[in-house]
Parts: sequence; C-alpha cells; structure tokens
Amino acid sequence: MPAADADVKNPKANGSSRLPDLQPQQKVALYRQMLLIRRFEEKARQAYTQLKIKGFCHLYNGQEAVAVGTISVLNPDDAVITAYRDHGHALVRGVDPNACMAELFGKITGCSRGKGGSMHFFDAQKHFYGGHGIVGGQVPLGAGLAFAQKYLGTNRVTLAYMGDGAINQGGVHEAMNLAALWKLPVIFIIENNEYSMGTCIARSSAGDPLTKRAGAFDMAAIQANGMDIDDVRAKTFEAVSLARTESQPTLMEIRTYRYFGHSMSDPGHYRTKEEIESRRKADPIEIYKARLLEQRAATEESLNAIDEETTAIAQAAYDFAEASPEPEVETVFEDIFTPEDQIPEFRPNPRG
Amino acid sequence: MPTLTYRKALNQALSEEMERDERVMLMGEEVAEYNGAYKVSEGLLKKFGPKRVIDTPISECGFSGLAIGAAMYGLRPVVEFMTWSFSLVAYDQIVNNAAQIRYMSGGQFSIPIVFRGSSGGGLQVGATHSHTPENWYANVPALTVITPAFPDDAKGLLKSAIRSNNPVCFIENEKLYGYEDEVPEGEYLTPIGQACIRREGGDLTVISNSGSTHRALNAVKQLEAEGISGEVIDLRTIKPLDFATIANSVAKTNRVLIVEENKPFAGWGAQVAYQIQRELFDDLDAPVHRVTSLDVPQPYSGKLEQAVLPNEDRIIAAIREVLA
Repeated sequence: MPAADADVKNPKANGSSRLPDLQPQQKVALYRQMLLIRRFEEKARQAYTQLKIKGFCHLYNGQEAVAVGTISVLNPDDAVITAYRDHGHALVRGVDPNACMAELFGKITGCSRGKGGSMHFFDAQKHFYGGHGIVGGQVPLGAGLAFAQKYLGTNRVTLAYMGDGAINQGGVHEAMNLAALWKLPVIFIIENNEYSMGTCIARSSAGDPLTKRAGAFDMAAIQANGMDIDDVRAKTFEAVSLARTESQPTLMEIRTYRYFGHSMSDPGHYRTKEEIESRRKADPIEIYKARLLEQRAATEESLNAIDEETTAIAQAAYDFAEASPEPEVETVFEDIFTPEDQIPEFRPNPRG
Repeated sequence: MPTLTYRKALNQALSEEMERDERVMLMGEEVAEYNGAYKVSEGLLKKFGPKRVIDTPISECGFSGLAIGAAMYGLRPVVEFMTWSFSLVAYDQIVNNAAQIRYMSGGQFSIPIVFRGSSGGGLQVGATHSHTPENWYANVPALTVITPAFPDDAKGLLKSAIRSNNPVCFIENEKLYGYEDEVPEGEYLTPIGQACIRREGGDLTVISNSGSTHRALNAVKQLEAEGISGEVIDLRTIKPLDFATIANSVAKTNRVLIVEENKPFAGWGAQVAYQIQRELFDDLDAPVHRVTSLDVPQPYSGKLEQAVLPNEDRIIAAIREVLA
C-alpha cells in the first residue's frame, strides 16, 4: 500500500511552513491505512490462537492513529525505527501485508525471511529500520540513523518510537543527551499506552508528564492526543519541521491506548474490562470516520467499501502466509555476514 | 625495516583508513581534543576535523548504539572504548544489535563497525579495569574478534577490520601500546582469520594471543638453553579461528600448550583445546595443557596480580609438564 497517498511533502520544498490541508482522497487514504492495520492485527490475533504464529505477538489495536498520523508527515526517504509493537509502523511504511503476515508465520516469504518474527519486521527499501525486541534498545540506534543522515547531508529525519515502559532505560537517556548535544534530526516518540506490560505509568515513572525528561537536555517537547489523528499530524509536523530546518531533536509523548494485552500471552489482569470498554468509546478510527462524514470528505458507502477492501487484504495476507513454504534448514547459515568487497573473505564454512 | 610502537601503528591505520574513505569516522571518550587516553588517536582531530573525530560523553551504551545505527545507514564508524572493561555497559548494543540485526532482518542491513580499545591486566588498575573480553565476544556468532600482539599486525589488522563489512571487536593490549617493533613501510593489510608462527620449533606447539604471546615467547626462549624447541603460534584473530595453522603445527610437534590471559572457565583456550582433541587426537602424545589467569578477580597488589596472570614461571612449568 503506497504511503504516497497520504504524504505531506517536505514543507520547505512546497514553500509552506505549515501543515498543508489534506484533500479528501488523502484523508480517506489515512482512514484506509488505520483500518488496514486494525484488520491485519485482528487476522494476526486469529492466526495466533490457531497456533500459526508463535513466540511473542504484540498487537497495535487502538494505537493506529499514532503510526499513521506520525508517518504521514514524513517523506518516503525519512527513517522510521520502532520497538516490537511494529506491525502498524511496517504497514504504514509500505511493507507488503503479505510479507508481514508471512513473517509472522515464519515463512521464507516473510519480510525478514522468517528470521525475525513479529518483533523484527525490517524493510530497507522502505526505510523501515525495524522492529526491535529489547526495550529501549532501538532508541540509540535511532539517534544513530539521524547522526548518519546529518553526516551525509541528506536533510532527512528519523522517527524513533518507544513505549512508556522504555523511557526509564538508561540508554534512552544517553541517546537523548547525544541527540540534544550533537543536534541530531531525530524525533523521539513515546507511544504512551499507559501500561508497560502490567505496570501502569504511576508505578513505573517518577516525573509527570514524561515529556519533562526533555527539559533535562534542553530539548523541545510536545504532547499529542493519540486518538485524534489530526492532532498527531499537527504535533508531529512541528517536530519534523524543527528537525529538518534546524537539526534539533524533539521528545514527543503521544497518549494512546491498546485494547488487547501487552502481547498475546498477557491475560491482562491489571486493568478492568470496564476500563477497556470505556476507552474503546474514543476509538481513533471511529472518531476519524465521524469526522470524514461530517466534513463530507467521504460517504458511508465509500468507507464501508474500504472496510471490505482492507478485510480482504488481511485475509489475502493470511492465505498467502498459509500457502508460503517454510525456509529450508540450510538458510540458518545465510544472512549472518555481509560479503566482503574490500578484503578477502576470511570465514570458514559456518557449518563448523 | 623501520620500527613503530604498537600505538603508533594503530594511529597510522586509523589515519590511512580515514583518508581513504570519508565514511570512516572515530568516536569515543577523549579521542579528539585529549588526543586519546592512550594517545592512539593522537593528531587525528587536527588532521580530519571535528566531524570525523568525535569526543563522546561517558555513555558507552548510547554512543555504541548510535554508532551501530549510523553503520546501518551507511557510515563506517570506529568506536573506541577507553578500555574494553567499559564495553560491558554497551554489551546489549553490541550483542543484541550489532551482532543480530543483519540476521533478524533476513540480510537486509550491514553493520560495518569496529569497536576497539585497550584491554588486559598487569598495570595494577584493579578488578573492574583489567578484563580480557575476547571470550565474551567470541561466543557471539556474528562477531569477529581480533587481538593483535605485534605492531605490524596491529596496523594491518586494524586496516582490514575497518574495511570489513561486518562488526569487529578489535581488542588491543594496554601493556603493549609502548612496545616497539618492525612495521613494513607502505600500504599493506594483514589477513583476518589467519594465525602467525612467531617462532618455529619441533618439541611442542604453544598457542597464544595478545600480551600472552610475548610471555610465551619469553618462556620458550628461556628453555632454548635446555635444548627445548618450542613453536609459538600467535593467533592474532580469535574468531574465526585459524585451525589449519594449529593442525599443521601439532602434526609436527604432537604436544600443545595454550597460554591465555582469559580467566579459565570458557576462556578462548577451552574452545581451542576441544577442537584439538576432537580433530587431532591421533597427533597428540600428551593431553592438551593450558595456562590461564587464575580463576579469581584481578587484585590491585602488584605481587598478587603477577601471580594471577599467566606468568612465565607458570608457563615454563607447564611446558615441562607437557614434555614429561
């Protein structure tokens, strides 16, 4: 699915210093992206209960507006890196849903050739740098992507996502210090869904709101309502502009909520059914749907057609994954080392 | 042939490779304005400027991860740890990111990074500053682990490491920085994954690395007076291991002593000993022997530390045992 439908190009190139208004078809494209994530995740959930997906599987339901909204203000060649709740980010970046589902099923046709699984989607062509399993481990990497973007004079920026649980990792603070000190074009985005696994924010983090931590580094900080895609877009645009025009980082905290457990293995005893049901009333997709209808940017029929379309795409991805072959055992020895081209190859057969 | 110190040889390698490829850059604590805690990066800031020679805050986890991200994006960073003992706070980034990202992504990304810095004991700097980490990193599948013992190898191997498209742990020895020896003039590379016979002999094969290679050579030289002829193999690269050179030597001598500064349990020598007995069993006239650091934390007292290290007295005693 092309991200270009909803692209807002580099404002400097457009001669614009504010987020341009979207055309109706661009708004509908955002809606479609959110719904695709929702339907894909529902299908993944089903596949997991059918034992077609193993290991850890962290679903994004409820948080769709964050990935879609933030990435929609990027150029296609900007960099995106996130943690393990990464299916949505990958899909928005344009990674083929078939390749995503096949990766979940561990098939050779997966976006990581079956080597990564749910937590490790990658797509170099789409400037999607993963998919990372160690909490906070990707945040210094994100600062590094931005460092290289600046070093190479690309005028590109990096979005580096993390959850509310990651903000207390030491490496995250180190990366923030480096980004502020060295003026790196990185936007650190906390997707605050209020729980790091079973531990709510109040039990994990001293200092409220989380954006206060940016103050320690004299770094810009912005908060956004993650259930409102327009607010996400507007606030991300500010941060991206700052990164692109002044090469300064920002810490964003986007308040959101996940409907399912931390992962498929989480029974979720730490919150009540009532709480979840109440939060579902502020569903980002429903909110945007109502807004599009009110603005007459789309009709009920056209949006229902999109629901059918995205449902079909998710089913097709499931079918593709199911029909795809597993990797041959020999492939365990592949993808470890990059071939050498400046020195002779020096490794014996890894088969030992 | 001209001579250089080990540190100057490393300095030349860095300078030549940075001149050759603009994507190569150096970052670490005190590498720029201080000219390096051990002066390995002396003069590089002046020559290449602050974009390419960067002083980092004390945050090994942060700047190691940053360098790995930059490598994913196409740069070729050299990250200096003031000492490899400080790499432990960055262990997650090295092991879980540098060594796994290519595999986890199905081969989509390359990580052409070099982590380098000093290591080893014998300077009375205490338990947390004296580690020899080669075994900790050699156990990780995708990492290359290099430990040069001589200035010519230090230069040639660092150049090769920087040109490698894969992550390298380049582990220098602090006691050797001032050691001076012959270094060829002009452009040359030393092959990674190739051991070097630093002394030929027929009675036993002594396998060693880094600072311990010099201890082994001194011990073997002393025993020459008694008519004992020891062959000393300097591994240079720990991983991948050059087993062919070891096999040729053992076929000739039939007896092996491994000398390593690693602590004994799962030190690199344990792996080498396993492979030797497994694949060269019929060549052996005696069990494989091994001298390592004592299995204790590194003490400050000079007398105690010398007892802990694989010192020449223990090496000589072990050689006698192997030949008995």
